[in-house]
Amino acid sequence: SHEHYLNKQLLDNLLSFLSRSHSEFQEKTTEWTCKMKFREIPTAALVLGVNVTDHDLTFRGLSDVLQDSITPYIALLEAKDCPGIKNLMQKLMGQLMNCDIDVDTLEDEDCVQVSQNRIRCSMSSLISWYESVTKKTDSETPSKKRSSSSRHWKSPPVVVIFKDMESFTTKVLQDFIVISSQHILELPLVLIFGIATSPMIIHRLLPHSVSSLLCIELFQSISCKEHLSTIIDKLLLTSRFPFKLGEKVLQVLINIFLYHDFSVQNFIKGFQLCIVEHFYSQPLSVLCCQLVDVKKRVISLSHEQCENIRRLPSFRRYVEKQEAGKQIALLTNDTFLKEDTESLLKDLHVYHENYVSILRCLHVFTSSLPKYPLGKQIRELHCACLENRVWETEEYESSLQLARMLNKTDLVTMLQQCVEILTSSSGKQFDKTVEKLKEFLTQFQNLEAEASQERDVSVLSQKELQKKTDLYHLQKTLLELKESRRSKKLTKFEVLRFEVVDYMDSLVRKYLVPADDRTLHEIVYFNAANVLRGHLNAAPRTALHTALNNPHWYLKNQALKCDGGSISNKAPDICIVYKLHLECGRLINLVDWLEAFSTVVTAAEEPNAVAASSDQMDDIIQYPFSFLSTVSELELLGFIKPSKQKTDHVARLTWGGC
Amino acid sequence: LAKKNKEEKMGNLVEEYFEAHSSSKVLTSDRTLQKLRKRRLDQQTLHDLLKKAPLAYAAEIRDLNKQHESLFSKWMLQLHLGFNIVLYGLGSKRDLLEKFRTSLLQNSVHLVVNGYFPSITVRSILNSITEEVLDYIGTFRSPRDQLEFIIKRFKEDSSLELYVLIHNLDSQMLRGERSQQILAQLSSLPSIYLIASIDHINAPLMWDQAKLSLYNWLWYETTTFSPYVEETSYENSLLVQQSGSLALSSLMHVLHSLTLNARGIFRLLAQHQLEKKDNPSYPGLSFQDFYQQCREAFLVNSDLTLRAQLTEFRDHKLIRTKRGADGVEYLLIPVDDSTLTHFLEKENEDV
Repeated sequence: SHEHYLNKQLLDNLLSFLSRSHSEFQEKTTEWTCKMKFREIPTAALVLGVNVTDHDLTFRGLSDVLQDSITPYIALLEAKDCPGIKNLMQKLMGQLMNCDIDVDTLEDEDCVQVSQNRIRCSMSSLISWYESVTKKTDSETPSKKRSSSSRHWKSPPVVVIFKDMESFTTKVLQDFIVISSQHILELPLVLIFGIATSPMIIHRLLPHSVSSLLCIELFQSISCKEHLSTIIDKLLLTSRFPFKLGEKVLQVLINIFLYHDFSVQNFIKGFQLCIVEHFYSQPLSVLCCQLVDVKKRVISLSHEQCENIRRLPSFRRYVEKQEAGKQIALLTNDTFLKEDTESLLKDLHVYHENYVSILRCLHVFTSSLPKYPLGKQIRELHCACLENRVWETEEYESSLQLARMLNKTDLVTMLQQCVEILTSSSGKQFDKTVEKLKEFLTQFQNLEAEASQERDVSVLSQKELQKKTDLYHLQKTLLELKESRRSKKLTKFEVLRFEVVDYMDSLVRKYLVPADDRTLHEIVYFNAANVLRGHLNAAPRTALHTALNNPHWYLKNQALKCDGGSISNKAPDICIVYKLHLECGRLINLVDWLEAFSTVVTAAEEPNAVAASSDQMDDIIQYPFSFLSTVSELELLGFIKPSKQKTDHVARLTWGGC
Repeated sequence: LAKKNKEEKMGNLVEEYFEAHSSSKVLTSDRTLQKLRKRRLDQQTLHDLLKKAPLAYAAEIRDLNKQHESLFSKWMLQLHLGFNIVLYGLGSKRDLLEKFRTSLLQNSVHLVVNGYFPSITVRSILNSITEEVLDYIGTFRSPRDQLEFIIKRFKEDSSLELYVLIHNLDSQMLRGERSQQILAQLSSLPSIYLIASIDHINAPLMWDQAKLSLYNWLWYETTTFSPYVEETSYENSLLVQQSGSLALSSLMHVLHSLTLNARGIFRLLAQHQLEKKDNPSYPGLSFQDFYQQCREAFLVNSDLTLRAQLTEFRDHKLIRTKRGADGVEYLLIPVDDSTLTHFLEKENEDV
């Protein structure tokens, strides 16, 4: 259950992020909830974004914060529980009374008795509940409120959270708001609307007469893309977790997020699945652990596992580079192999630490360049670096060129940021680098005086340009200016700038080697992107289409092999029936279909069953009926449906060749 | 280049759609099955015939199934880690799930739901959980209450574990929004492990984001190529039984249990209807005319006996009465003409 533990550890980490990222606006809500208004119902509209799956977590965090600091009375309503106002009131009462019990249990016991009795009463007989429902809504709630709040501090508000505003029916919402606004004096109510789309929906759902009873304030949650960035930042770009994602896998997860659902929860699910798959399918994943455990685990490896290591492609590449004596030792001697493996794994760990720090430094540079050739987000840079040698790409080349044109203030702040990143990183390797960067910084300070001189010159030339001239003269001056620039020697600042950029370049070349080039990377990197895509983002229709069009893909039989778009007449019946149906229009005549099918099948039978004339009678019966069953199978699959338009016709539900 | 090809293909698809739906005119031949087939087979014979037919490519199909079966232990692990498993692909996945059940779930509490069964409801699934798994005897006001009770019990008692296998989660009865909502909530319980199969091409349309996250699916492609024997056996097949109308066998069955006179009355009506079958505006036989004819054939002796007899027919859905514009009651047999012809032929043989 190591993986389970790892799983949980990661999950907890992620959960705490989600709630923390929302805490800012939660605090605002909290403060704001305290401000009670008497005439109108104070309402908070939370614009949460379309990723409905993540909202649960937000609301849980929200109600925890509210419970701790403001009020014990919180009810969370979901549209699926409240088809009518009665259900809504019942749900609301139930939740509020439960809250009541939770808080009061320590103080006195009989209160519990009363509320429990009341709940049971409303549950037990439907009729009495129907009778009491009017009493419940109109008088019971306020009285309950008064009695219990008298023992509480300064009358806490009752918070009602509508989790999915869009799904509620207008009638229910309107009724509830109108009823509760009547009792706002006795019952300090606060509504919170969770909105997935835009605040416009409030006005679309509620007429003016009702929305005027609300005093709405808007809150915006942070965007899901920021969530993703934080998660990637804390989960992947850290050396704390030994398990890593390969480039393709990461790309799949990010694509599902950006192009399908914007759901952080699904991203986490995908990550969980990666962990499960990796630890299930890779036998060497036992070595994917914290650095402190590596030694212990390597020593306990069995011979079979050692063989597994030898079989790793990256390890083979490594062996080939060694000298002959060491090669033999690595391939035959288990103890020697174990020692080497341990040091290789440690190297891998060090590589990660350095990688992350240098990646962040590079990001500091590239994220401020115009047009972002290497991407705006650090995840894009990360993917680019994982994919292949980043310094060989065109984008990297152009970003270096752009970096050589940076102005001084930007360059200085960037260098300072890099120094910060490198000093805070856990690797001890960067002392020299930091020194070098600091040296650059002092040099920049020394340049101050010269730089001002430089500016004077440029100002002068600017002034020349601004003089009124005719077009011919302007062109001439411009050409001269260009000429002088080309011939002019580089200033000290420019020289220094080149040095800085070249130094960064050397760092990138040294540390941002893609993971695939590292020995034993298979142990910590999960790379089976196609497995992941199949399980998370499946395409059932494509699978059906392939199976029906090209049965050979699944049934490895030579007889089924066919080229192009045609299909073998020996294919399973359903494939033939399907293929014939593709040739039809919107409606299909069953008789024609059946006859076409019989023709195909008898053509297939003839060559090998000439002597079967005695069975002819049987065949005639059998073919239509295997046809019948396949037709109803196609109906089950949803390709056709019975049609009333014409006798013995079916309607096709798909179109074209799929 | 590949991209351009793809775009072209997409364009073609769009055009094909409009081509298919451009005109309401149907360009198919007018042939019907009636002219083609001499003998009609009932459901039972069909099944027997199908069973006799050898399964093509049995060896290859067995190989495919072996591949899927090797995943069983992985499924178990993933179920326990909070995922639920959904199987898709061509072919019945019933046997595969059954194999999974017999090989891994023998010693644990499990529930098998045959979604293709036409009278399955979410309520019956919930009932079997409360009654047989939780040993609770009692009724609930609504499935939602029942669900809440189940959720509460499973949360209280961490030792409870339940495997739910659903064949055809996308069947007619379970594909409704409310059923899916309840099943999704059920499957989101950590100690309920759901493994289901889907077949319909549009099955994923049942689930919105919220339900998908409750289900927490892991998709597995399990193309088996096995015939859908059980799944289609309940379906009113187009060719075996005309939907909504009485099959010949059931018609014969009912009539055989009637008195001779009653059968005569029915035959009279049938004959009359067949004579008028080419007249599309034929409203049916009016009661008065019918009474007259029956009297002449010495089948009834009073208005009252005929009415009693007709009531019995109506109870068995053998006839339908319709009031015409003039307020006269007309009688019709709601069976298509060919079945009626077959029936009369059979009757004549018997007599």
